[in-house]
Amino acid sequence: MQSNVKHTPLEYQTEHNQMSILGFWIFLAAEVVLFSTLFATYAVLFGRTANAPLPSELFGIEIVLIMTVLLLTSSFTCGIAIHQMRHGSNSGLITWLIITLVLGLGFLGFEIYEFIHYSHEGATLSSSAFWSSFYVLAGTHGLHVTLGIGWAILLIIQLYKKGITAVTSRKVFIISLYWHFLDVIWIFIFTSVYLIGMVI
Amino acid sequence: MSLDEFFVTGEPLIYAGMVAIVLVTSAIIFLLTYFKKWGWLWREWLTTVDHKKIGIMYILSALAMLFRGGADALMMRVQLAFPDLNFLNTQHYNEIFTTHGTVMIIFMAMPFLIGLMNIVVPLQIGARDFAFPYVNALSFWSFFFGALLFNISFVIGGSPDAGWTSYTPLAGAAMSPGPGQNFYLLGLQLSGIGTLATGINLMVTILKMRAPGMKLFQMPIFTWSTLVTSFIIIFAFPILTVALALMTIDRIFGSQFFTLTGEGLPMMWANLFWMWGHPEVYIVILPAFGIFSEVIATFAKKQLFGYKAMVWSMILIAALSFLVWVHHFFTMGAGAFVNSVFSVSTMLIAVPTGVKIFNWLGTLYKSKIQFTTPMLWALAFIPSFVIGGVTGVMLGMAAADYQFHNSYFLVAHFHYVLIAGTVFACFAGLEYWYPKMFNHKLNEKFGKLSFWLFVIGFHVTFFPQYFLGLDGMPRRIFDIGPEWFTLNFISTIGAFGMGLGFAVFVFNIYYSYRTSQRETTGDSWDGRTLEWATPTPVPHYNFATQPTIRGLDAFVEMKKHNESTFDESKLEPIHMPNNTGQPFIMMALLFMSSFALVFEWMTLAILFLVGVIVMMVVRSFDEDEGHHVEVEEIKTTERQLRGL
Repeated sequence: MQSNVKHTPLEYQTEHNQMSILGFWIFLAAEVVLFSTLFATYAVLFGRTANAPLPSELFGIEIVLIMTVLLLTSSFTCGIAIHQMRHGSNSGLITWLIITLVLGLGFLGFEIYEFIHYSHEGATLSSSAFWSSFYVLAGTHGLHVTLGIGWAILLIIQLYKKGITAVTSRKVFIISLYWHFLDVIWIFIFTSVYLIGMVI
Repeated sequence: MSLDEFFVTGEPLIYAGMVAIVLVTSAIIFLLTYFKKWGWLWREWLTTVDHKKIGIMYILSALAMLFRGGADALMMRVQLAFPDLNFLNTQHYNEIFTTHGTVMIIFMAMPFLIGLMNIVVPLQIGARDFAFPYVNALSFWSFFFGALLFNISFVIGGSPDAGWTSYTPLAGAAMSPGPGQNFYLLGLQLSGIGTLATGINLMVTILKMRAPGMKLFQMPIFTWSTLVTSFIIIFAFPILTVALALMTIDRIFGSQFFTLTGEGLPMMWANLFWMWGHPEVYIVILPAFGIFSEVIATFAKKQLFGYKAMVWSMILIAALSFLVWVHHFFTMGAGAFVNSVFSVSTMLIAVPTGVKIFNWLGTLYKSKIQFTTPMLWALAFIPSFVIGGVTGVMLGMAAADYQFHNSYFLVAHFHYVLIAGTVFACFAGLEYWYPKMFNHKLNEKFGKLSFWLFVIGFHVTFFPQYFLGLDGMPRRIFDIGPEWFTLNFISTIGAFGMGLGFAVFVFNIYYSYRTSQRETTGDSWDGRTLEWATPTPVPHYNFATQPTIRGLDAFVEMKKHNESTFDESKLEPIHMPNNTGQPFIMMALLFMSSFALVFEWMTLAILFLVGVIVMMVVRSFDEDEGHHVEVEEIKTTERQLRGL
């Protein structure tokens, strides 16, 4: 029994924590459905640009590639943060979480810049069905990132005050699931929205 | 905006509604103040996280909504009783059929069933609460405030009038300006959050909190139906969330998803809506199947026939429910091939459903049936639902559907499945579990009277509508031609029979409260499942000691071995969550924010949204770990309840 507890990560040691983590996995399943619906909407409305510019006229590889690198790296640093947590290093955990957040903020900054740029070129939320679906799909992801950043700041404060406990470790583990999930969604946006949009 | 734009004016019926609202509200405020019950209301109900109390609040709200939706229905039936009647004008009629449908599905059927799940499921699996009691309270208040938001539309701002399906482009900003449609979108969005959270909550509860030894295939069938329903909720509700959000963004922020300009696609709304909407009808029918299975097994005094087939047929129905949505709009012109595919998948659903019908009959076969009121509802359900199901298969044939589409044949069909299925089950379930909730049974005499009035009224109302449909009467018309008079008149008489049945049912609640004998054992019906192993009223921790489960119908086994859920040698302190006012406050703020968004008052909406975020931060820093019920307290409570 003793060795068993040793090998079970802290966040899994209470029954309540196990239920919370399972509940969050199920929530992520619902999120997959949510984003699938948005992707499907985007696919159906693809090409319906009306008088607005075509995506191939506006999408550029540079900024989107920078955004992708930022977010993918942030997923990696988030993994390191969990690794630090498993080793019991609170300062390491906080440091890597902050690095993750800075990368996330960089991603958001570029996304906002990009949205402003497109709208100056005449592609806004209301200019056509295609652009509506683009902004809502990418925007929903961006909103998720924003919420994740706010949420992580709350957790960093709690870690700073209380250190790594059963409760804080569970919370950090759950937000790490969320963060990786957003990364996965972004990979789909990068490929099926931007890369395909650039060539068609 | 001037005041006469804010309030709905110029309709005598709505003025009457306003007066009624003011009177009822003042009466409630007066009574609470007079009997000094405000503190009680806050401590015992508004802040509770107890699944049993939350369930009762769900059911009370659902009964209120059944009254509201029923009043809508009776007004429509009066208008349709005679040709050229001017009881309602066209606009008012449109609003009423819209709110009738929405209220009955979203704010009556679902919360009623979720209320029963709240009360029964933890008891059936031997758990002490939900996996996430705080989230459960949040879910309830999100439903409550969503329903409130939708319902106030009829006195403030004006009701939505584009049908409960809200098809675009009619429901878009260009053709339905004003706040009405926004009430629909935001009311449903608000309550949808709660439904999704409940789905997750119930799934984790059932997967992780079953009593020791209870395998999945030993769970009571109602719990199984809840698990399958949760699965559907989790995979269907996000689609509704997106659909509603897209239309809201269309209407308020000017996007072009479902518009006729900007190359929008109005038909995509119909697809998204029914990709949620068809699974939704199984969300309200599978728990009903579960309730009937419990009731039939109990009063046939036998183990449910074909338990495993019952479970697998539910799983199959759940899977198929995601693959049939196009049958709601065969006439949209998706082409012969697409229509054929969806026609076949639709008719396939009849197979597992048929399996269930035969299993119920198999359970009844050669049994000594006890004709209690819940059992009567279950017995009436079988033939009535078969009529609804068979006409459903007729509608599922794409070629024939071109004739039936949007006619009263369809109206009759879905009322036959939703009333004979869901509403009968709500009554059966409420009467069956009533003693567990309130410590006394409902009076059988009045129960049977309300049953007969309602069931006969139901058939008189809806059976003629099949023939009206075949005669060519379309749905959603406010004026009938003289050739449709006789059957419509009969239908209206039936509707009042149902109304009378409901009135008797409500009276029976009061009458039984005054006169019924109080329960002594907790096992009111010689039950088969664990909820009957608890004493009544159920102590807030449910089970003093969790029983070990060896097979199906756990309580039958326990009674054989003379075991109970109170084993003094095994008592331990029980961990329970504390009450909290946070869910109520958080959802009240979200309600205010949504209300402001309905009228597109952006600053106010953002202000209240910030309030919601502040409440979330408060929750994040909340260190409330709950409390322990001590062994001595459990001993005293159990001895008193069990008369030891």
